[in-house]
Amino acid sequence: MAKVPVQFTLNGSETAEFVDSGTTLLHTLRDKIGDTSPKGGCHQGTCGACSVIIDGELRLSCLTLAETCDGAVISTTSGLSENGILHPLQRAFLDTFATQCGFCTPGMIMAAKVLLDHTPNPSRDEVVEALSGNICRCTGYEPIIQAVLTAARSNSQNAA
Amino acid sequence: MALALQTFATVKDANAALKAQGSRYLGGGTLVVRAANEGDVSVSGLIRSTEPSLSAIVVAGGKVRIGASVTMAAIGGHPELGMLAKAARAVGGPAIRNMATIGGNLFAPAPYGDFAVALLALDATVSTEESETPIETFLANRDGSRAIVTSVGFTLPPQGGFRFLKVSRVKPKGISVLSIAAVLQQAPDGTISSAWIALGCMADRPMRARAAEKALLGRKLTEDGVAAALAAAGEGTAPITDPIASAWYRAEVLPVHLGRLLLA
Repeated sequence: MAKVPVQFTLNGSETAEFVDSGTTLLHTLRDKIGDTSPKGGCHQGTCGACSVIIDGELRLSCLTLAETCDGAVISTTSGLSENGILHPLQRAFLDTFATQCGFCTPGMIMAAKVLLDHTPNPSRDEVVEALSGNICRCTGYEPIIQAVLTAARSNSQNAA
Repeated sequence: MALALQTFATVKDANAALKAQGSRYLGGGTLVVRAANEGDVSVSGLIRSTEPSLSAIVVAGGKVRIGASVTMAAIGGHPELGMLAKAARAVGGPAIRNMATIGGNLFAPAPYGDFAVALLALDATVSTEESETPIETFLANRDGSRAIVTSVGFTLPPQGGFRFLKVSRVKPKGISVLSIAAVLQQAPDGTISSAWIALGCMADRPMRARAAEKALLGRKLTEDGVAAALAAAGEGTAPITDPIASAWYRAEVLPVHLGRLLLA
């Protein structure tokens, strides 16, 4: 079967790849491009570990076909730090011990990033709602919620 | 084996391509890509259409027409569809709602398809290129449906006339134990003059609670007034059993939750 060309912007860089038709974005990112920050958990749309931001919206890369992302702007956790300095969300996840095994962390961070992009000072309920599609089997969620609230406070302090 | 995806500018061309054996229509991907990932070998090709009308929401004169590719997030955030926001937001987490479409929800097997429960209570019609079908008929025949759904239409109920409840064990949300939607009209004296009640998870697809609807007519929304409807709520149901709940459990709790919805 002929390969299909796909072009998109990944974490600010123009990216082009030839994929088999029907290949998921998750497979393309991890196995073709080498960005392993999105994780393949359930491949069913249930766990949220593969969450990425496509054109400003949170999406599940395991259920998104790469061809449908042609021309899109895609963000993953691996593109968040700048010049070796962690993104406030990454920093907050470390500081509040919101990561244990770490498998869910990239998806959690992308879900939280979309929230903070649109709602810089979210309530606890808004954080819980924003993370409701992401499963963590280690932390019991509380440290993750605190991390997002901490990052929001950090952002607002930096903006002040 | 890779799945070949074919994209067409028009629904007409996509419909023609969908005639090929093993081809499935790709909406948001939350059903069909999930099936493929799970190893469903009956899916060998994917078809989609980018026709703009599939993504349009039109609200005019109290009538609503929603293109089949419109997502749950778009419905949940639409300023004129506020009464449906709760039902749209009951579907999955944020990422799923950015992907899952109203057209796909019509095909979601129980325990999924909460929004289709709302559409059934609204007595929606489902349109394809060649026909317009009452949603109840469409749901009954959906397993054999091959024509691409283009839009769903319904009349907006009066303010406060639409009620929706999704019951889940996981907070803030999880997969349905059951879902209930109701469109009720009351006479000036408070008695129910019209009732449409739809249930999710009480069969393999959304169904009407006709006995409960009938028992509500002429009654008021009081504990005594709804008692007969609650007693009749389970009539004709065949609840699913899955890891979320047994059929027995669903049957037991249905009257409790219907009561809460009616008396809220």
